[in-house]
Amino acid sequence: MNRADDVFAALVEAHRELDEAESRRLDARLILLLANEVGDGERVLALIRDARADGAGSVQSTGAAGKGEGG
Amino acid sequence: MQAALKPSRVNPVYPFRKPADLDGRERHYPVCVVGAGPVGLAAAIDLKLRGVDVVLVDEDDTVSAGSRLICLAKRTLEILARLGVGPELAAKGVVWNRGKVFHGDELVYAFDLLPEEGHRWPAFINIQQYYVEEYLVDRARSLGIDLRWKTRLTGTEDLGDGVRARVSTPAGGYSFTCEWLLACDGVRSAVRDGLDLPFRGRSFPDRFLIADVRMKAAFPAERRFWFDPPFHAGRSALLHKQPDDIWRIDLQLGPDADPDEEAKPERVLPRIRAMIGPDTPFDLEWVSVYTFRCRRLERFRHGRIFFLGDAAHQVSPFGARGGNGGIQDADNLAWKLAETIGGRAGPALLDSYEAERIPAADENILNSSRSTDFMTPVGGAAEAFRDAALSLSRRHAFARSFVNSGRLSTPALLAGSPLSTPDCADFEGPMQPGAAAVDAPFDDGWWLDRLDGGFALLHFSERDENTPKHPEGIAMHCARSDGLLAARYDGRPGTTWLFRPDQHVAARWRSFDPALVGAAVDRARGRS
Repeated sequence: MNRADDVFAALVEAHRELDEAESRRLDARLILLLANEVGDGERVLALIRDARADGAGSVQSTGAAGKGEGG
Repeated sequence: MQAALKPSRVNPVYPFRKPADLDGRERHYPVCVVGAGPVGLAAAIDLKLRGVDVVLVDEDDTVSAGSRLICLAKRTLEILARLGVGPELAAKGVVWNRGKVFHGDELVYAFDLLPEEGHRWPAFINIQQYYVEEYLVDRARSLGIDLRWKTRLTGTEDLGDGVRARVSTPAGGYSFTCEWLLACDGVRSAVRDGLDLPFRGRSFPDRFLIADVRMKAAFPAERRFWFDPPFHAGRSALLHKQPDDIWRIDLQLGPDADPDEEAKPERVLPRIRAMIGPDTPFDLEWVSVYTFRCRRLERFRHGRIFFLGDAAHQVSPFGARGGNGGIQDADNLAWKLAETIGGRAGPALLDSYEAERIPAADENILNSSRSTDFMTPVGGAAEAFRDAALSLSRRHAFARSFVNSGRLSTPALLAGSPLSTPDCADFEGPMQPGAAAVDAPFDDGWWLDRLDGGFALLHFSERDENTPKHPEGIAMHCARSDGLLAARYDGRPGTTWLFRPDQHVAARWRSFDPALVGAAVDRARGRS
């Protein structure tokens, strides 16, 4: 990825002086914008599973993230 | 609280009449329907039109209090028109196709649910449930259906080849037997409770105020939904126009609201006043405070008992999927029972009720759960994403697709139905085996009016030809391959479609072959 250090620094910098709720909303907006740039919903669902699998160590990737809550 | 409610209409009362059954001799009926709501009435009328005698029992003696189910979707209107109450609904209902979603006082987006011409029915009409029930009761009476009011089901007994039902009435109790029993007795189904069947799913913590308000207002006939409106900060609101200058208002109250307090006029009136402004006089017709649940029975059939509508599945109201889903249950089951009772069906036909309607219920539950989750986010992440979608949607069109104020009821596709014959050719357009037939103008009328209750074929040709020879008892309709009907059915010359008695597509081919039609009809009757 080009300008990786710039991007990383800008992500951190964007949160400066925001409280936790404001930070969360900023991230949420950014994620939706990025999801739109990715464009393909299947790809976004795969990335959500990837991010979830990498988190905390205790969380198993079950593939359920894209399945919704019904049924 | 009663003093402040000013209903403008008195619901009809249907008298209890002593049935002959009270003499102690046990009668036998082909079908008993429990519950005279929209679903039970639709099922009873559909069966009667197909020549099946029905006993319909209801514990009450009148129609719905309050508007409740108000949005009749296009597919429901097509079904109810086939059952004979189309003219009444068209005369009374408020037509709408468009909706608007606001965030604060800004319009986020508008949508049109029926952007093309050439359909008998609009995307939706709004009408109070009591009118729907009244028209259906009148229709049921005119057909001679045995309606038994003030007749409460107290128990059922599985007889293997039938069901024994016990009822209580003001003149005493009695029992009768029937071949099939249809439980259409709503969310608090006595039939379901009697069988001790688990009704599992999710509860949503937020409470909602639902009110019918009578006023002269100039809002257009469209669905209006607000997130965080100035008149109801931090929560959501929904407005629908109904007949008789009555407006339906749904206000989100949050999880901590006290339902008894919130239903009191001194709490309700200021909320309505804030919404409609200081100058418009209004009266409160009906008010109720709800929490929403999404849940269903694991199976919709237990021996000779079928569950339909809210007795089988419950959804939150966003998307208008409760009543519309329930009436599709009735539409799906009635012809299958009639074919079975008439000896024309294989056992797989009745099994297909679950195969077709459980996925439909799951689709409704999924959509209404997601809408409710969007409106009532639980937890910081859910709230952050909801707020992000709303704030981005002002500047970015893509974000509007995330904004979920209710995904409105569409007909079940019945994809993968065991009754459908898979395609052996390519077709263009959204129609497919399992889908409900789409309407179009046809011979100075409407195509769906021709699909009036039996199996039917539609054959396209370049010029008016003689009707090809077709299987007995199956209606044959011929159409030119250049009209709007042909456009909607990819009707190149030779193309032939087979429709089931509930107007869903059973099969389609690029040429007409009586042997293939016969095999597809057999399959759609559960005989192969």
